[in-house]
Amino acid sequence: MNKALTQWLGGRDGAISLAILAALIFVVMPLAFDIFRLNLIGKYLTYAFVAIGLVLCWGYGGILSLGQGIFFGLGGYCMAMFLKLEASDPVSTKIQSTPGIPDFMDWNQITELPWFWQPFHSLPLTLILVIVVPGLFAYFIGAAMFKRRVSGVYFSIITQAIASILTILIIGQQGYTGGVNGITDLRTLLGWDIRTDSAKYVLYYLNGALLISCILVGRAIITSKLGKLLLAMRDREDRVRFSGYDVSSFKIFVFCVGAMMSAIGGAMFTLQVGFMSPSFVGIVPSIEMVIFTAVGGRMSLIGAVYGALLVNFGKTYFSESFPTLWLVFMGALFIGVVMGFPNGLAGLYSSHIKPRLARRAGRKVPQQPAAEGAAAGHSNPSA
Amino acid sequence: MGGYSPSELVDIFTMQAFAGISLFSVFVLMALGLAIIFGQMGVINMAHGEFLTIGAYSTVMMSKLAEHYPSMLNYYFFLAVLVAFLVAFIVGYLVELGIIRHLYKRPLDTLLATWGLSLIMQQFFRSAFGAREVSATLPDWLMGSWTPREGLDIPINGLFVLGLTVVLSAAVFIFLYRSRWGLKVRATTQNRAMAGAVGIDTAKVDRITFALGCGIAGVAGAAFTTIASTGPTSGSLYIVDTFLVVVFGGAGSLIGTFASAFSIAQAQSILGFFLSGSTAKVITLVAVVGILMARPEGLFSIRVRK
Repeated sequence: MNKALTQWLGGRDGAISLAILAALIFVVMPLAFDIFRLNLIGKYLTYAFVAIGLVLCWGYGGILSLGQGIFFGLGGYCMAMFLKLEASDPVSTKIQSTPGIPDFMDWNQITELPWFWQPFHSLPLTLILVIVVPGLFAYFIGAAMFKRRVSGVYFSIITQAIASILTILIIGQQGYTGGVNGITDLRTLLGWDIRTDSAKYVLYYLNGALLISCILVGRAIITSKLGKLLLAMRDREDRVRFSGYDVSSFKIFVFCVGAMMSAIGGAMFTLQVGFMSPSFVGIVPSIEMVIFTAVGGRMSLIGAVYGALLVNFGKTYFSESFPTLWLVFMGALFIGVVMGFPNGLAGLYSSHIKPRLARRAGRKVPQQPAAEGAAAGHSNPSA
Repeated sequence: MGGYSPSELVDIFTMQAFAGISLFSVFVLMALGLAIIFGQMGVINMAHGEFLTIGAYSTVMMSKLAEHYPSMLNYYFFLAVLVAFLVAFIVGYLVELGIIRHLYKRPLDTLLATWGLSLIMQQFFRSAFGAREVSATLPDWLMGSWTPREGLDIPINGLFVLGLTVVLSAAVFIFLYRSRWGLKVRATTQNRAMAGAVGIDTAKVDRITFALGCGIAGVAGAAFTTIASTGPTSGSLYIVDTFLVVVFGGAGSLIGTFASAFSIAQAQSILGFFLSGSTAKVITLVAVVGILMARPEGLFSIRVRK
C-alpha cells in the first residue's frame, strides 16, 4: 500500500478496525439475524450517519450541535415526499375529493399540490435535494452564527431552538407536512416495492455501503490538513485566527458535512422504515444522537457507529423488558460517559484493551495522539 | 381583526396581555434561577426544568398535608413556597457536589450530563408520583377572578404569581448587587483566579450560587401549581424557551432577562389570540433566533473578562 492510502485508512490499526466493522455489517449481522432484526439494525445504522457527522463537528471541530435531528429530518422528509407522491398517483387515490395528492392533504381540504412538493416528482431531483436542502440550511445557520463568532454553548442552545421551531412548524402545518403522524404509508420506489424482504436486504446493504463511504470521507477530512486545523481551532481558536486562517469558513464547512451525512442517514431511514415523522426532528432525538457519539467516542468515526448500535440495542432491550428503567439507564449513560469516559468506547479501547492486546502479542503500540488530546479534557475556548 | 368592536378589542388586548404576564411570570421565575446559574456561572443546567418540577411536587405534597388540617388550608401556601425553595436548594447543592463541580471547565459536557440528570429525575417523578398530572388544592383566596368592569376578567392566581415574581426579583437583585455574598458571586464570575487570590472561597461560592438558582426554580414550581397542574415533564417543557429568554436578554444581565422574558411572553400571547398557538410560537421563536443571529450578545450585554 502506498503511503497516502495507508494514512487515509488510519494506518494499520485503522484499516483493521474498518475491515472488522465492514465484516460485521456485511457478513456477520445478515447471517446472525433474521430480516426483521436486520431491518432494525439498518435503522440503527442510519443514526450512525448522524453520529459520524457529530464526530467531525463536535469531536474535531468542537461545535456541539444539538440540532442534528433537523438535518436527519430534512433528508428523511425529502425522501418521504418523493415516495409519498409516488404512492398517491391519481389511480390509487381516486376516492379522495382531489385525486393525485397525498391523503393527508386531502383530509386537510387542500386541493392543489403546494409548490415545494413539485420537485419531488422526480427521483434524480429528490436525491439531489436530499443532500442540498439540509446542506444549504446548515450553511445558512453556520454562516449566520460562525461569522459572528457565536460558538460553544450559545451555538448549542440556538441549534436546539431551531430544532424546536422546525418540530412545531411540521406539527402545526399538518396539511403540508402530515403533522404529528408524519408522512406514512410509503410503498414503492419507482415501482419497486420497498416493503418486501428482498428489498429490505438490498436497502440494508446500500445503507452499509453508504455508511462505510461516509466513514472514508470522514477519515479523509481528519487526516488532511483540514483535520489538524479543526483540532487546533477546537483547542485554541484565537491562535488559529491570529495565524491568518479564516476560522469561520472551516467551521461552516465541517458543520455542512455533518449535516449532509445526517441527511443521508435520514433518507435511508425513510427508505428502510417506511415513514418519517417529527419525532425524529426535535430536541429529544437530537440530543439522543449526541449520546450515540459520546458513548462511541467523540474522536472516533468507527466508535461512533458502535455507539449508535449499542445505545439503540440497549434502548430496544430496556424498553421491551424494563420500560421504566430505560430513561434512568439513558440518563446514567449520559452522566457516566461524560464524567468517567470522555472518549467513550473508543477511548476505553485505546487506553485499556489495546495495550493488553499488545502485551499479549509482545509488541509495543504507540499511543494514538488524537485520543490523548481529548483525554486531557477538551476545553472549549469561550466565545 | 374583523367582528370586534373597539372596546372589545381593548378588553381582549388587556386580557391577552395579562395572560402574557402570567407566562412572563413563569419565564422570569425560571429564568431568574437560570440567569444566576448560566449567566453568572456559565453552567448550562438542562435539568433546571426538573427543579421547577421538584418545587411544584413539594407544593402539591404540602397541600395534601394541609388537607388533613383544614384550618391550615388558607395559609399553607406561604409555607409551601418555603419548602419548595428548601427542597430544590438541597437537591441543587447535592447535584453541584456530585456532578457540576467536576465539569466547570467543560461547558458542553455539563450540558450533556445535566440532560442525563433531567431524564433520571423525570423517571423518578413518574415512579414516585405517577404519570398523571396532579394539582394542589388552592386556598379559596387564590381562586376566582377580579372583574374591574363587564367583559374584563383578571384571574387572581395570575395576580398572585405576578406579585411573587416581583418580590423574588427584588430579592435576587438585592442579593446580587447589594449584599456581600452577591459581591463575591460577581467577583468570582468576572475573574475567578483573582477572586480566589483575594481570599474568596470560589468553590463554596459556586456551590451556594448553584443551589440558590435551583431553589429559585423551586419557588417558580410553587408558583406554577397555581396556574397549571403538575406532571413529570412539566418543567422540561419550558427549558428551551427559558434558555432562549436568558440568551436573548444577554447572559449576565438581570434587566435583560426581564426585558426579554416580557417581550417573548407578550409576543407569544398576543399573537396567539389572532393566529394559532403554534404559529404564534414559531413566529416568536424565529424572531428571537433571527435577532440573536444578528446580535449574538443579546439585548443587554455586560462585558466580562473570561
